[in-house]
Amino acid sequence: MNNHTGTSLSLGRKRPTDMLLYFLIYFCAALTVILLAGIIIYVFVKGIHVVDLGFLTSVTSVLQGTVGIAGNIVNTLMIILITMLIATPIGVGAAIFLSEYAKPGKLVSLIEFATETLSGIPSIIFGLFGMMFFGQTLGLGYSILTGSLTLILMVLPLITRNTQEALKTVPGSYLQGAIGLGAGKWHTIRTILLPSSLPGIITGVILAIGRIVGESAALLFTAGSAKMLPAGITELFPKIFESGGTMTVQLYLSATSEGDFETAFGIAVVLLVLVFFINLGTKKLAAKFDVTRKK
Amino acid sequence: MKKKAKLNIVETTAKYIFTICAVIAIFAVCSITFYMILKGTPAFKTVGVLDLLFGTEWQPTAEEPKYGILFIILSSIVGTGASVLIGVPIGLLTAVFLTEVSDKRLAAVVHPAVELLAAIPSVIYGLLGLMLLNPVMYQLEKLIFANSPSHQFTGGSNMLSAIIVLAIMILPTVVNVSASSISAVPNELRAASLAVGASKIQTIFKVTIPAAKSGIMTGVVLGIGRALGEAMAINMVAGGSVNLPLPFNSVRFLTTQLVSEMGYAEGTHREVLFTVGLVLYVFIMIVNFVLLKLRREATEDE
Repeated sequence: MNNHTGTSLSLGRKRPTDMLLYFLIYFCAALTVILLAGIIIYVFVKGIHVVDLGFLTSVTSVLQGTVGIAGNIVNTLMIILITMLIATPIGVGAAIFLSEYAKPGKLVSLIEFATETLSGIPSIIFGLFGMMFFGQTLGLGYSILTGSLTLILMVLPLITRNTQEALKTVPGSYLQGAIGLGAGKWHTIRTILLPSSLPGIITGVILAIGRIVGESAALLFTAGSAKMLPAGITELFPKIFESGGTMTVQLYLSATSEGDFETAFGIAVVLLVLVFFINLGTKKLAAKFDVTRKK
Repeated sequence: MKKKAKLNIVETTAKYIFTICAVIAIFAVCSITFYMILKGTPAFKTVGVLDLLFGTEWQPTAEEPKYGILFIILSSIVGTGASVLIGVPIGLLTAVFLTEVSDKRLAAVVHPAVELLAAIPSVIYGLLGLMLLNPVMYQLEKLIFANSPSHQFTGGSNMLSAIIVLAIMILPTVVNVSASSISAVPNELRAASLAVGASKIQTIFKVTIPAAKSGIMTGVVLGIGRALGEAMAINMVAGGSVNLPLPFNSVRFLTTQLVSEMGYAEGTHREVLFTVGLVLYVFIMIVNFVLLKLRREATEDE
């Protein structure tokens, strides 16, 4: 993003290959932008008329003649909530161990290798493992809980990595100051380290939420595809043990087996808007993060 | 004294809890590997290693079921290879644009666009491929195979559509990783090249890119991993039959085979699907090891 301008001796007589390569470079960059613009415009043209209050607050029912994704929205929110409630403390804890407690050695390189490996495993494999282990071995079946437990493993590296980066930027003098005043290690972590690295941790959490919102392959065989709304607030807890399809899973089913492209594009619009705001959020945080680093 | 003892308990507990948190990642990788092997190997016995891995017929529900997954493996390899061949040059040139050519104003448009492309859920890529690419492919197919009665018409759901969708999906990975390694190349190198009379383009392609080679390779390998593991998007555009990986054939990949048949498969059929998962897992582990090696080399270079 920085521009390295230099006066070139051959400025006067540009070689034809140079011109061709310049053209290709501009062409590829333009292609990326056009692709994104095309995707957004096409999805909105096809789907915006589907999205209204009814679409967002009702459930598709032939009986009542309604088309809506309220059930899928609730399922998505529940999966995000449960996954993040468990994954955030574990991921942050792992990062604290790696950067504050561990001494370089076999254990650390093993943990870092495992984290790398986890982040490289494709979601369909997580889905397969979740179905076998949480679904069958632990007997949770197709349920929101099975889906969430599977996704915890998937987003863990994201949170650990971002927290580690954030911890690195806390000035060493803060720690030395606290230790010098007689504070214990845990006390220092709790009162100094965690608050100063909060923006980084939140960035990791938002990125993880983004990943969950877009996830489908890991959820198809773990959380299933049910789209009914829980009957009331009291039904929310038992719902954890029942099947629940997220918006992405419903989009997939609408576009393939159900052949309902109206709903598919409606969900696509909702997903694109969500993804846009999540992207904006991480950017705002990253900018804030940079400022604290400069101080 | 008492207070100090209590403090010690808190400190030790904290340490243990953090250790457990960190060890969970190791535990997760071990159990995933264990389960993939446990569930993926029985089919080798029931079907036979050769018939399974090198069989070309896939008829799991026939009277005499055939469980050959060679074409599925080949499709994954060809699809990934071709999409990387298309995606990497475009991604690399976009990265060059962002780091070496563009002014701040244009980069401020292109860079967020790349980030958003990465964030779009794969089912949306699948949906668009289904609505936009497949009809075009069908027209092409009708044109090309108008005079060949032996061709099975696919309605446009074919290998080529999947390759294009994959190439677009790996683009952001390649751009981001390449861009950060290109901008890490020290300015002295560029200055020296320009000073001896090389043009800016010559400097970029003969000095800067070779210097950023290991970082760019990391991006390529990450792209390979992403393409190999992608399931939902290509399942929507690649059709549903097990075929030789030719551009206009309807094909199944390792991933799409799992997505489309896991829901109803039983008995040996299910066992074989777990083996498909194991094969995919082995591929991904190879990619991971290459990545690890590349990263080690990169840190040693520094």
